[in-house]
Amino acid sequence: MSHELITMDINTLIEVALIIVKVIFVSLTLFALPIPLTWMERKVAGHIQLRLGPFRVGPHGILQPVADMIKLMFKEDIVPDKADRRLFWLAPLLAMVPAFAVYAAIPFGDTVKIPFVDKEITLYISDMNVGILYILAISGMSVYGLILGGWASNSKYAAMGGIRSSAQMISYEIALSFACVAVVMIANSLSLLDIVNAQKELHWNIIYQPLGFIIFLIAALAEINRIPFDLPEDEGTLAAGYHVEYSAMKFSFFMLAEYVAMVTVSVLAVILFFGGWNAPLFLPEIPIFWFVAKVAFFIYFFMWIRFTLPRYRYDQLMTIGWKILLPLSLLNILVTGLFLL
Amino acid sequence: MEKIFFLIFAIMAIASAIGVVSLRNPVHSAISLMACFFQVAAIFVLLRSPFLAAVQVFLYVGAVMVLFLFVIMMLDIRKATISRFVPGGLFWIVVILIALVYEILAVISKSNLLARRVAAVRLDGTVAEIGKTLFTEYLLPFEVVSVILLVALIGAIVMGKKEIK
Repeated sequence: MSHELITMDINTLIEVALIIVKVIFVSLTLFALPIPLTWMERKVAGHIQLRLGPFRVGPHGILQPVADMIKLMFKEDIVPDKADRRLFWLAPLLAMVPAFAVYAAIPFGDTVKIPFVDKEITLYISDMNVGILYILAISGMSVYGLILGGWASNSKYAAMGGIRSSAQMISYEIALSFACVAVVMIANSLSLLDIVNAQKELHWNIIYQPLGFIIFLIAALAEINRIPFDLPEDEGTLAAGYHVEYSAMKFSFFMLAEYVAMVTVSVLAVILFFGGWNAPLFLPEIPIFWFVAKVAFFIYFFMWIRFTLPRYRYDQLMTIGWKILLPLSLLNILVTGLFLL
Repeated sequence: MEKIFFLIFAIMAIASAIGVVSLRNPVHSAISLMACFFQVAAIFVLLRSPFLAAVQVFLYVGAVMVLFLFVIMMLDIRKATISRFVPGGLFWIVVILIALVYEILAVISKSNLLARRVAAVRLDGTVAEIGKTLFTEYLLPFEVVSVILLVALIGAIVMGKKEIK
């Protein structure tokens, strides 16, 4: 009896240790990701606009993000006079924490067997039976960082950016969620693991949900505040929007949150519509590789869009969200339901 | 272990709820309310209903509170922090509070509502099961709620509309 208890304890301890290791690994990766991503974004921008992009620091400017990081760390941390100091300090954290917390529910693969130890490891931190709801709920929270950052700065441009972002994110969250509902209807489950497993053998949701994917993509672009929907930080009219008064590390927190959010929507697009870690065509299955490759494609896609499209006007933004995307997503759910019956 | 977590969440929920009513700045109150909702969601997770927790965060923290903040930010904060909500100071608040606590305690001690436990449905926290119970056993309340929401929606539109002359 006591022997049994002890072995059970060791097993649970290993499980707990594994989860902690996974959490540390995932968050470190996410912290490090913006370093290559900022470099890539500038390179993509450069080549699209027929420039070279960063070229001075290191070969092909590859050390530019490191130089930027050092600059951000040693800049003066300015808090505007008459700003709400507590909220001004809290806002970057509120923007960043949800962006990271989302990854508690995101699966990167099924299981891998570790050689020698003969133990299977799951490639996700947890498989929640409400996975997609959790992700939508937590990622919706990051809007607080934007609103409060804009409000606490006590500056009219920042406040305008904050108010714009809250209206925009609420509007597009609905269409985004409805696009996900159709996928959930097909998979018959809210768990992301089940959603991916329902797309085996090339039954990818993009084939059944082309309209849903387009709605998802447009709404996601608006949710992560990227061109053509980057009105919260519209530099033409708002200087820089909600983070206009931020500098140094607080500013970099906002940037970090923005990049992680871009990775998140790429990951979601892959999981929901492009078969997750299932190999395309009849290529061999390699753990994680296909997943990372697809996510990388979508990250590139979002960068490509940024330097291709102009920005929408604010009233156009609202029209697209409420009068086009929302009815279309409802129609999509209706049609999906008809096919499933 | 679970008890410790429950205590942490419960104490934080109550602390932030007190913050909602005691803080002077409306924006700070709104943030406290958001924190309170979040702690309640955490308690739902401890009660093995992740679905309710996710919905709580999704709707209350994600949508309702953002709209609250949106409205509050349009206010003149400096005026709002100085003006008092209840005229007559602390005295009336204490009187009302005592009356309220007395009434609640009286209801709890006299009624057998708590002992009866409202129709204990065995839910394993899965979404499918919640959906089934909603659309079979509780179909009428569910439909009534949707009608009430529709009425609220129409009311908001009517009130928000500019008058046509």
